[in-house]
Amino acid sequence: MPNEKVLMKGNEVLAEAALRSGCTCFFGYPITPQTELAAYMAKRMPKEGGAYLQAESEVAAINMVYGAAAAGARVMTSSSSPGISLKTEGISYLVGADLPAVIINVMRGGPGLGGIQPSQADYWQATRALGHGDGHLIVLAPATVQEMADMVATAFALGDTYRTPVMVLADGMLGQMMEPVTLPEPLDLASIEDKPWALTGTGAPGRTTRNIANSLDLVAGNLERRNDERFERYEQIKAKEQRAETYLIDDAEYVVVAFGACARIARSGVERARAVGIKAGLIRPITLWPFPTTTIEAALPGARAFLSVEMNKGQMVDDVRLAVNGRAPVEFYGRTGGVIPTPAEVATALADLQQTVTAAGTKEA
Amino acid sequence: MSRIIVDDSYCKGCGLCVTVCPRDVMELDQETLTSKGYHPARLTDQSRCTGCALCAQICPDVAITVFKESKGEVKADAE
Amino acid sequence: MSTPTATPTKTVAELEAHADEQVVFQRPETLTSANFSYCPGCTHGVVNRLMAEAIDELDIKGRTIGVVPVGCSVTAYDFFDLDMAQAAHGRASAVATGIKRANPDSIVFAYQGDGDLASIGTAETVHAATRGENITVIFINNAIYGMTGGQMAPTSLPGQVTQTSPYGRDTKTMGFPIRVCEMLATLDGPALVQRVSVDSPKNIRQAKAAIKKAFSYQMDGVGYSIIEVISSCPTNWGLSPVAALDWLRENMLPYYPLGVFKDAGAAPAEAETEASHE
Repeated sequence: MPNEKVLMKGNEVLAEAALRSGCTCFFGYPITPQTELAAYMAKRMPKEGGAYLQAESEVAAINMVYGAAAAGARVMTSSSSPGISLKTEGISYLVGADLPAVIINVMRGGPGLGGIQPSQADYWQATRALGHGDGHLIVLAPATVQEMADMVATAFALGDTYRTPVMVLADGMLGQMMEPVTLPEPLDLASIEDKPWALTGTGAPGRTTRNIANSLDLVAGNLERRNDERFERYEQIKAKEQRAETYLIDDAEYVVVAFGACARIARSGVERARAVGIKAGLIRPITLWPFPTTTIEAALPGARAFLSVEMNKGQMVDDVRLAVNGRAPVEFYGRTGGVIPTPAEVATALADLQQTVTAAGTKEA
Repeated sequence: MSRIIVDDSYCKGCGLCVTVCPRDVMELDQETLTSKGYHPARLTDQSRCTGCALCAQICPDVAITVFKESKGEVKADAE
Repeated sequence: MSTPTATPTKTVAELEAHADEQVVFQRPETLTSANFSYCPGCTHGVVNRLMAEAIDELDIKGRTIGVVPVGCSVTAYDFFDLDMAQAAHGRASAVATGIKRANPDSIVFAYQGDGDLASIGTAETVHAATRGENITVIFINNAIYGMTGGQMAPTSLPGQVTQTSPYGRDTKTMGFPIRVCEMLATLDGPALVQRVSVDSPKNIRQAKAAIKKAFSYQMDGVGYSIIEVISSCPTNWGLSPVAALDWLRENMLPYYPLGVFKDAGAAPAEAETEASHE
């Protein structure tokens, strides 16, 4: 069924795309607003001959992921913000044992139980603090249902290549949204590279040594070497895997940085600003980690200021500031609690920013 | 004749083998220290060892190998 | 990890049988040459050996995958000559579930202590059991936290003095020990629920039979097995290895009666009789 265009919900698309990417194991736990994903898996996975299991908790689910990943399977779990907090223990162990897995976070408002409306308040968690210890995940942020369909395959491939867990950071708006989507062709499973490190039994064909999935090393120097090796991989990821989309950036003086569903609103905000003569542009990070610093760098020469627009109290703005490193003003506009910023609000924020920057420039002169 | 060999690299001198030997021919060798600093178990009188393997069964460090005199069939799991 | 590999003091030639004798007991193939990191007289080692023997005898070494917990056996991935996974504290049964679901042809065991299995990992334990997950769980109950230095365990006995129950476990404030086998036997999921001890050669033989049965049930697809092994902790009980086994017999066995609490492979009457007798 090539080029089939279907109308599907974001959450279900994530599940279908995973099945088409060779995902053979899914472990989850119900939580709004991602539950359709698990329900879809429950329906489809048994027919594909894979393993679907509703775990007793998020904690158990992520540890089942650890086991299946160690056994060499393409494995996925999904949750929403409070559930991801519970998974952070297991994610740290996945990082420590260098195991690939795909983790979906369909974000909702927080902290605590928060609400069930869309949010981007887990940016810090996803890019900074997914579990204890030194480590990162690759974090991918889709902005459309079509991108959700395409991104899952990328997530599995990146995970296998770099032996790291990968998070797809969506939000309740994208998860619940229905859009026409062209589903990816099912992956030829034979094309997935062998995992010689997987726990398949010492009697498996071609094996000469035994494999151990482990994050423990009680010898300080050895543990440091393992961390150093992992961070060398992170450097490769930073060099090769930054992804971002730009819009009207070539002559942009006021650069909006926004990700996910928020970037769609920001795009309209940029258009409104252009309509009133503000030279606005948009950078939409697709990889939140690694943060697309090269795209920011490329925009810097013409940029008079940056505006990070987020559905939180200002999280990604930290990374924009790090990338800009004092060479231009970086401001923030955001809404929280499930309140979604409007294009008009973004345009107003851009107008305010232009005014401030211009006033400051006049003062200096 | 039956006999045992205690591998000193494994033996931690816990003495459990001494308590289960039905012939009372195991002891901790107070004259010897292993590389880990334990007095290892040893067989005091090989002529009285029946190769019953009770010492090996209870040894927590799998330090003991047991040989039994061949008299036709020898049961693997000695009583 | 670099757990020191033992350099055997005995040469291979020395360990060979003479012409007129046969080897009747030796290290099982499924154990590596590594020294156990357990304290002198700790019965963890006995259980590890029994598991290795069972795996050897069932000829499943090449497809067995072990999951080790957090606790004194945290480095047991170095002791078994198998593919191994180290699990977060309490999560071994969930990790084992993931491995088994990913590759149902593997034989998967989770090796867990009392704090791991019956405290922080209670949910994972109960749910693996009630799912009838086709794995083998070996549960070491020594009524104390060993690795962290002797704190109260979920299975510490009423009145038992530990680092964190210095005046003895007061059941009014600290509650009662969990009898894991009795609890899990109420579930429909498990195939085999049995409590054994390794305090004597006789009990060690029974423990071996139970462990072997648990693995064979997994091979035959009968389902979830848990073998609880009453064990000693001489170091944290503050007793000699020999006195610790006496303490185990006098204090633990009355509270934790040995026996078969559930056995899907046995006639109903048989399972009941065994539990009530032992």
